[in-house]
Amino acid sequence: MRRRKLEELFFRSLMVLSTVIVGGSFFLIVGTIFYKGAPYMNLDMITKIPGGGFYIGKEGGVLNAIIGSIYVAGGATVLGLLISIPVAIFINMYMDGKKFLSNTLRMAYDVLFGIPSIVYGAFGFLIMVYFGIRASLLGGIIAVTLLVIPILVRTLDEVIRTVPGELRDAALSLGATRWETAKVVLRQIRPGIFTAILLSFGRAVGDVASVMFTAGFSDNIPTSLHQPAATLPLAIFFQLGSAVDEVQGRGYASALILTIIVLIITILAELLIKKFSKFRN
Amino acid sequence: MTQTPHISVQHLNVHIANQQILKDISINIPDKKVTSIIGPSGCGKTTLLKTFNRLLDNTAGIKITGKVLVDNEDIYDPAAEVTHIRKKMGLLSQRPYPLPMSIYDNVAYGPRIHGTREKAELDQLVEEQLKATGLWNEVKDRLNTSASRLSIGQQQRLCLARGLAVGPEIILGDESTSALDPVSTAIIEDLFISLKEKYTIVLVTHILRQARRVSDYIIFVYMGKIIEFGPTEEVLLNPKQELTKEYVKGYIS
Amino acid sequence: MFKFLTLTTSSTFTTSTTTMQLRLLKDKILAKLMLVLTLASVSLLLVIGIGLYYKSIPLLQRLSWGTLLTSGVWKPLKGLFGFYPFIMGTLWVTGIAIIIALPLSLLTSLYIVEYAPARVKRALSPFVNLLSGIPPVIFGVWGVLFIIPLIQKYIAPHFVEYSTGYSVLAGGIVLAVMIFPLIVSIISEVLRTIPQELKDASLSLGATKWETIKKVVLRKALPGIIAATVLAISRAFGETIAVLMVCGNNAVVPHSVFDTGYPLPALIANNYGEMLSIPLYDSALMFAALLLFIIILLFNIISRVILARLERKLAV
Repeated sequence: MRRRKLEELFFRSLMVLSTVIVGGSFFLIVGTIFYKGAPYMNLDMITKIPGGGFYIGKEGGVLNAIIGSIYVAGGATVLGLLISIPVAIFINMYMDGKKFLSNTLRMAYDVLFGIPSIVYGAFGFLIMVYFGIRASLLGGIIAVTLLVIPILVRTLDEVIRTVPGELRDAALSLGATRWETAKVVLRQIRPGIFTAILLSFGRAVGDVASVMFTAGFSDNIPTSLHQPAATLPLAIFFQLGSAVDEVQGRGYASALILTIIVLIITILAELLIKKFSKFRN
Repeated sequence: MTQTPHISVQHLNVHIANQQILKDISINIPDKKVTSIIGPSGCGKTTLLKTFNRLLDNTAGIKITGKVLVDNEDIYDPAAEVTHIRKKMGLLSQRPYPLPMSIYDNVAYGPRIHGTREKAELDQLVEEQLKATGLWNEVKDRLNTSASRLSIGQQQRLCLARGLAVGPEIILGDESTSALDPVSTAIIEDLFISLKEKYTIVLVTHILRQARRVSDYIIFVYMGKIIEFGPTEEVLLNPKQELTKEYVKGYIS
Repeated sequence: MFKFLTLTTSSTFTTSTTTMQLRLLKDKILAKLMLVLTLASVSLLLVIGIGLYYKSIPLLQRLSWGTLLTSGVWKPLKGLFGFYPFIMGTLWVTGIAIIIALPLSLLTSLYIVEYAPARVKRALSPFVNLLSGIPPVIFGVWGVLFIIPLIQKYIAPHFVEYSTGYSVLAGGIVLAVMIFPLIVSIISEVLRTIPQELKDASLSLGATKWETIKKVVLRKALPGIIAATVLAISRAFGETIAVLMVCGNNAVVPHSVFDTGYPLPALIANNYGEMLSIPLYDSALMFAALLLFIIILLFNIISRVILARLERKLAV
């Protein structure tokens, strides 16, 4: 008996240890970034674009990358929504009765969700070459849209499924068309749509492999779709690769900026999800 | 009643999440007899049953006061060893829950946990209990196949064999035939009647016909309180309390 | 509910037949449009596969699949493309990541679902979610700042003479942390579906909680655990930037955890610049992407099918 109890105690301690490691790694990572990045953080970093010689230690900031990332992520999210909302509605409302088909479709999107961003980047590059688009804001948006569609479809699908069937049935029995009912459902799940937007934006803003080949890089803020756009993750990567300590340090600060942006987005999304489920119950 | 009580409940109160489920229960369960607990849904009969093997311990928000003496030892004593107590009892739940393993391993599960390792010993134990529950002939050729392939009636008998394999003194049944067809139900009921020679049996049931057929004693519970306790025929055909009369009213033998 | 009723009454109670026809027409058109969009986005899977294959054809015309996958010679200027080192690099990094992440995540999930008091559960889950939101490049920066010095100064000296810290071990550790949330969330989900009555059956026989977990719960959860692992492997395979930053990027086959490695995604990412200037290089990189795509696709489908079957079994 004692052996059995000891065994339980042993594994239980292992479990607690693991939980501490897994949960604590979040703090470790964010903490390291803050610790190393904060000393190099100043207002210039977020308000100026790189001056000449930025990469060897002279003046400037990463505003080009911040704005570039926002443009790319924003553009991709908007384009992604235009495609994903109809798809999510279609799967849920126009395919009732065909359970097998809609489940297969859902699985297809789950699989698309698992495709790594480098593949989307490579494919996006192929498309660009085919259509003769150069590395630019447009290219970046195309590649990231592909990346973001599965995330949006999945999230929207889950949210739509939470709308009780009775609401839809009530609408249809009053003589509304499926499209009109869809409009009502959409209004109902507005917080869910915001969550989807936040999640996809957060993913898009932090991804590297999809924009590497497709968005190019520039020290300036793009003023048209055909100009190359800098993105924060790439900016971080380039700065870190420099031999100059000052520039490396600024890389850490840029990482800090990116981390803060993404944390804010993720926390907002979590809060929305919580509020949304409370509101429904 | 002059037999020694096997289980003696003294002033048991059970609260779950600030709701009082059992109110000052005091009852003695007679040794080597079948006692059925009857009562309307939600009156607390399953809760009462589960206090006997301390299965309620992990329920969220639970508070238990009072004593439950088994063989004159309070099982709720802080020094008591839970697994030891549970070994004394076998629980048969409403729906059979065969463990995700072979028929053999299901029955051998308990003994193995408690230290029996010898294959010969386990073989004998498995055969003995499967015979005791009437399953042996039906499964002796496929002991190593998955238990989930059995029919529901067979699964419930397997669960009974599994429970008997640890050598309990008491068998607890929580509406254990409600998921079964009439034939399997009759088989299990017969098993209870024959097993009471060796074991004390406590059953929760809402089927009065079953209670009458199988039990020696009946406890009637209503809203967490014991209303009446006595020999089967007395409680069912000649109840002393008003509430009992109301409950068994529809029952004509 | 009331808002909704007023919405529809305004349109349904105008009983003119032309309005009715217009509404139905609109509905039909939109339905067709949605169908097109749905089919188009799903066919992405096919299109990507075909596109990558098409671009790899020039390479496949020169070298066979066998040579490509087993040769260790990587000399693009001479037209020699052996992917073996990169495949091994990917396998090493992924293997290390799973060896670290699976036990830790499994134990954590068990703790969260079976043992943790409600307060701890509530406090813990946001942080696991937040971890999954951190961008890969940040993991890479953390890897460079924390893991590399850790390996170089504290771990490697016990085992080898000298290490820069840039190694498959570093890649594996960083990847492991990245996939924690994925495994924890799937396994937790699966554990939560195991009925309490089944656990009660084991407890009633006198087993301890841990024995119940060991012999009953884990067995029941095994398909789900496998599915989670397969999914995590496919995620680890495709991770690019975080691994690239800490792996060393040398085109040699690793022989110990302290050796450098050069996984497939890193290969693609590092060399896309030269892609168009060296003949066949672009085909080679697209081929690498195709390899990744096929493997990940397979793993994803297997894992999702297992999970779907599990879901259906439990719904019964």
